[in-house]
Amino acid sequence: MNITSLAPLAVVLPILGAALTFLLIHHPRVQRAVSIAVLTLTLLLECWLLASVWDGGTAAVNIGGWLPPWGVVLVVDQFSSLMLVVSSAVSLAVLIYATGQGMADGDRDAPVSIFHPTYLILVAGVSNAFLTGDLFNLYVGFEILLTASYVLITLGGTGPRIRAGVTYVVVSVVSSVLFLIAIAMIYGATGTINMADLAIKLGELDQGTRTLLHVMLLVAFGIKAAVFPLSFWLPDSYPTAPAPVTAVFAGLLTKVGVYAMVRTETLLFPGDALNGPLMVAALLTMVVGILGALAQSDIKRLLSFTLVSHIGYMVFGLAMSTVAGLGAAVFYVAHHITVQTSLFLVTGLIERRGGSSSVDRVAGLAKLSPVLGVLFFIPAMNLAGIPPFSGFLGKLGLLQAGVELGTPLAYALVIGGVLTSLLTLLAIARVWNRAFWRKPEDAEHPDPVLLAAPADSATGDRAGKTNVTLLPRTMVGSTLGLVVFGVALTVFAGPLFRVADQSAQEMLDRTSYIHAVLGQDAPVPPVPPSVHPVQIQEGSGK
Amino acid sequence: MSVNLTLLTVMGALYACGIYLLLERSLTRVLLGLMLLANATNLLILATGGYSGLAPLFDKDTAAGDYNDPLPQALILTSIVISFAVTAFMLGIIYRTWVLARQDEIQDDAEDRRVAQTPSFDAEDDSVIPVETSEFPLATVMSGDRAVRADKAASEEQPGSLNVDPSPEGGGE
Repeated sequence: MNITSLAPLAVVLPILGAALTFLLIHHPRVQRAVSIAVLTLTLLLECWLLASVWDGGTAAVNIGGWLPPWGVVLVVDQFSSLMLVVSSAVSLAVLIYATGQGMADGDRDAPVSIFHPTYLILVAGVSNAFLTGDLFNLYVGFEILLTASYVLITLGGTGPRIRAGVTYVVVSVVSSVLFLIAIAMIYGATGTINMADLAIKLGELDQGTRTLLHVMLLVAFGIKAAVFPLSFWLPDSYPTAPAPVTAVFAGLLTKVGVYAMVRTETLLFPGDALNGPLMVAALLTMVVGILGALAQSDIKRLLSFTLVSHIGYMVFGLAMSTVAGLGAAVFYVAHHITVQTSLFLVTGLIERRGGSSSVDRVAGLAKLSPVLGVLFFIPAMNLAGIPPFSGFLGKLGLLQAGVELGTPLAYALVIGGVLTSLLTLLAIARVWNRAFWRKPEDAEHPDPVLLAAPADSATGDRAGKTNVTLLPRTMVGSTLGLVVFGVALTVFAGPLFRVADQSAQEMLDRTSYIHAVLGQDAPVPPVPPSVHPVQIQEGSGK
Repeated sequence: MSVNLTLLTVMGALYACGIYLLLERSLTRVLLGLMLLANATNLLILATGGYSGLAPLFDKDTAAGDYNDPLPQALILTSIVISFAVTAFMLGIIYRTWVLARQDEIQDDAEDRRVAQTPSFDAEDDSVIPVETSEFPLATVMSGDRAVRADKAASEEQPGSLNVDPSPEGGGE
């Protein structure tokens, strides 16, 4: 029982589970039980990984016994294991929610027997991307999760889903091609694709080549993470998918892009060569994203825009490349995965209960279903960053780190961050006022279902059959579980912040990562000298 | 390290055609563009392997420098498999679009168009409230030619009626 033999199971278990559920395609009940059991097992394994990395430090696994610079290597450090635990917990909650939805509606209405295998493949891809220490294997991990997501986003093959799916598939394929081109260029320049080896060899290249490779990787990951000029595809394609699918995409997929950006910035290209442009991109992502959210009337689209906007906070933390900034960004990623996913799950429930996800139509939900109100209110306030929730703590950490840095650009981002937080509150409050507090008859386009008296179930074409359950217990329960998990992030914010700060320190230091992969006597190159314009000005001023 | 010029020229041509086709509105052309881009990238990876050499099968008498670099070929193999899967999926989507809409074109996002045409005036947020609706009898308003208390005036107000004169201050004397 050591970490080198168990770490690959985080990827292998979901893949085996996918094969098994695929074989059980005609036995939906067994299929559900198997996929939930597999994900639970994966989650427990990853909790154990996090605990052992906490004690024993970074560990590396050579797949197939090939030695590091040549073979594929999996690296378990604090950041990757933390991401694994949070992502698996969230995907387990979403899986239970999706199972509840399938049981309530009857599986015969939609050909969703393919859902479970595809979903497990998606989880395997996400785990692979978090664990890998090899650039090409990272590409493979991205492709596994993207191909699974193509199937999930077009599930059922209705007109709107196919339309949204086309945009999503084409944009994702283009970003993957860009990533592959960057890998080819990096291999041509250095002769290696092992990330620890690259950390040493990229430093020996001249500045121009380095910047070119750096920008290519950042653009490829920027599309996947939806950073502003490259975020156009996200609000267009996410909202049409089924509620659990949108929820898991919003929580995990963009964060995998953010994770890849963090690895690129800290391990491969340390120093602050591109911090200025990244900060500008972060500011634009925050402000443009939230302004887009204010214009929407559909809750799913509104949440998609807030998702884009809050990616800006993580990029801001990353672009500071200080321990405080990066640590706050790591904390924010964990917080945002949980909160954004639970908000999308609640929106799925709102759509079920209220008949629509447009705030022009739904109304009076606070009276109809107080439980739904509580479930929406807590993560919504958490997203907007109201104290004492974890959203507030994460933003506070980012803003403090920004003030500490003290450059004009950092101050601009601090102001932009506060503004975005307030505008998020405005957008969320509009949803709350209209969907929950307004009387049904006051709605602009009132929903006839909400106004009508309860239908007599003894007559009509569904007479005798059981009606569709509006709020199945499994769906409400899994959403509640995720909301409670989000609140737990607030309660245990102290230990979580410690993990985040330690992982930030590890990542900026790079020693433990390179030593774990290449052995104790591998040279750790120094971080290149700062080229920050402000610091140069200060130096020349003295 | 010498690079094969023919390969590079073909690669450049494939990239150019691929990007051109990708910008078309027809889905089949977009798919062809993506395939060209993937193949151009495969050629690029091949070019990073350096000069041509012997097949990388170990033989004691061959010097290490005579072998071809096997890694790029392994990478190309993986990327061919991936692009094959994506191409098959895209063909499925294109066929589905054809079945559903009888057209092979990328369609606009209807909700996006609707939001873009929404006027900035929002009926619920921005309307002027014509009469005093507070519970506290503060003021009188003009209804026709007589003054009534604001709390009573609310009951005379019907949607669209002109009974109560909405003065610019929003009620009051």
